[in-house]
Amino acid sequence: MGEAIVITSGKGGVGKTTTTANIGTSLALMDKKVCLIDTDIGLRNLDVIMGLENRIIYDIVDVIQGRCKLQQALIKDKRFDYLSLLPAAQTSDKSSVTTEGMKEIVTELKQEYDYIIIDCPAGIEQGFQNAIAGADRAIVVTTPENSSVRDADRIIGLIEKEDMIEPPRLVINRIRNHMMQNGDMLDVDDIVQLLAIDLIGIVADSEEMIKASNKGEPIALHPNFKSSISYRNIARRILGETVPLQSLEEEKSFMQKVKAFFKI
Amino acid sequence: MQETKPTITIKGTRDGLILFIDENSSFEEIVQDLIKKLDESSPKKEEPVVSVKVKLGHRYLTEEQRNQLKKIIEEKNRFQIEAMESEVIPIKDAKTWLDQSKLKVVNQIVRSGQVLETEGDLLLIGDVNPGGRVRARGNIYIMGNLLGIAHAGTEGDQEAFIAASYMKPAQLRIAEYISRAPDYEADGVYMECGIIDPDQNKIVIDSIKILSKQRKVISAFERRMNNG
Repeated sequence: MGEAIVITSGKGGVGKTTTTANIGTSLALMDKKVCLIDTDIGLRNLDVIMGLENRIIYDIVDVIQGRCKLQQALIKDKRFDYLSLLPAAQTSDKSSVTTEGMKEIVTELKQEYDYIIIDCPAGIEQGFQNAIAGADRAIVVTTPENSSVRDADRIIGLIEKEDMIEPPRLVINRIRNHMMQNGDMLDVDDIVQLLAIDLIGIVADSEEMIKASNKGEPIALHPNFKSSISYRNIARRILGETVPLQSLEEEKSFMQKVKAFFKI
Repeated sequence: MQETKPTITIKGTRDGLILFIDENSSFEEIVQDLIKKLDESSPKKEEPVVSVKVKLGHRYLTEEQRNQLKKIIEEKNRFQIEAMESEVIPIKDAKTWLDQSKLKVVNQIVRSGQVLETEGDLLLIGDVNPGGRVRARGNIYIMGNLLGIAHAGTEGDQEAFIAASYMKPAQLRIAEYISRAPDYEADGVYMECGIIDPDQNKIVIDSIKILSKQRKVISAFERRMNNG
């Protein structure tokens, strides 16, 4: 019996979909059977980031309205056998999905998969309610900005009312180390203290991530990037391992090291 | 036949008259006897107004019945009813009374968009995050960070106050007073309280030490007993 994890944030554009894609990919890399569900009806993105857009035949609304079987709508990832995607509908409106429909789909998927990662739409309306309906756990994504932390706080309040196995856990995304050190960005500790939930990972902002998203290849596939390791660490923590937080310290170039040594 | 106690007894004191009404007779009896008794003495016009206290004993009167008695007593005579005292109150009133004087202890984080409201005093063990709101008819004590909005004395109690371990609120409200955080970036303060300063006629934030001087009776129950 698998476990369903919803990735949510409240505010848009903080990296829910990227996080979903990368956590899913990382779990699949560790030989777990993973199914990703995109619940952002009308504004689907997960398929694009995964590079699976042109393989979509049926979507989640087709499944809920009985136009196809769940197995028919699932798309196998081109890189792993262990990873599947249930895409959102692009043409229907959000009201075509109900919480009951979502619960049924998630329950069915749990029989076959180890992890079901649900990508939640922004906002706190029906789409959000649908996304969290079938979930056992929640991961809240935020960035070190006041507005996004405020929305995360609101979302955590709403999730705490649902009966989940444990309180939501936090991913702080798009960290720019030099800004955080200068005090221009909220500090990781401050955010964790305010939101008062467990931190499950921090991810630094990087250009590679944008490049990877545009290529339709989750960055978690390329272990030579720092953010890739961040996502893999999150996946390991989901599996219950204890992994220390990565240092955000940027690698210094050789010349910088020499300069630092001579204190120039 | 047994000698019956008079239904109405009138006693004169220095402060005015006290009207004892026997608690064992029916309301109709009282009304009749009262009219009879009051008719015996018809006052002159020049007489000063006498204040009257009505003691009802263990008798509960509805608002309507109270008004009826008031009318009978005040109509023909130069009497002014000062108070009607009864030893009993309905269970419903007693319950709200109790609720309003209780200290409610809540252990939670009041997050953005959440509102925590209590009938009496509130002791919150946890934070009030930005965008969160706590409201209480009485005082608010927060063992944690107050970063959102706190409203004490929601029903107009100006004696109410707000105390917090760490205070950096967006707004403090006490009764109908509102104060907000300054526009410049300021650090929060530890172990302080918000209280209405009658001299400045606004909410001030000061060390919680001043409470021992300015708010001697903190317990909501004692406050109710004193102020009714």
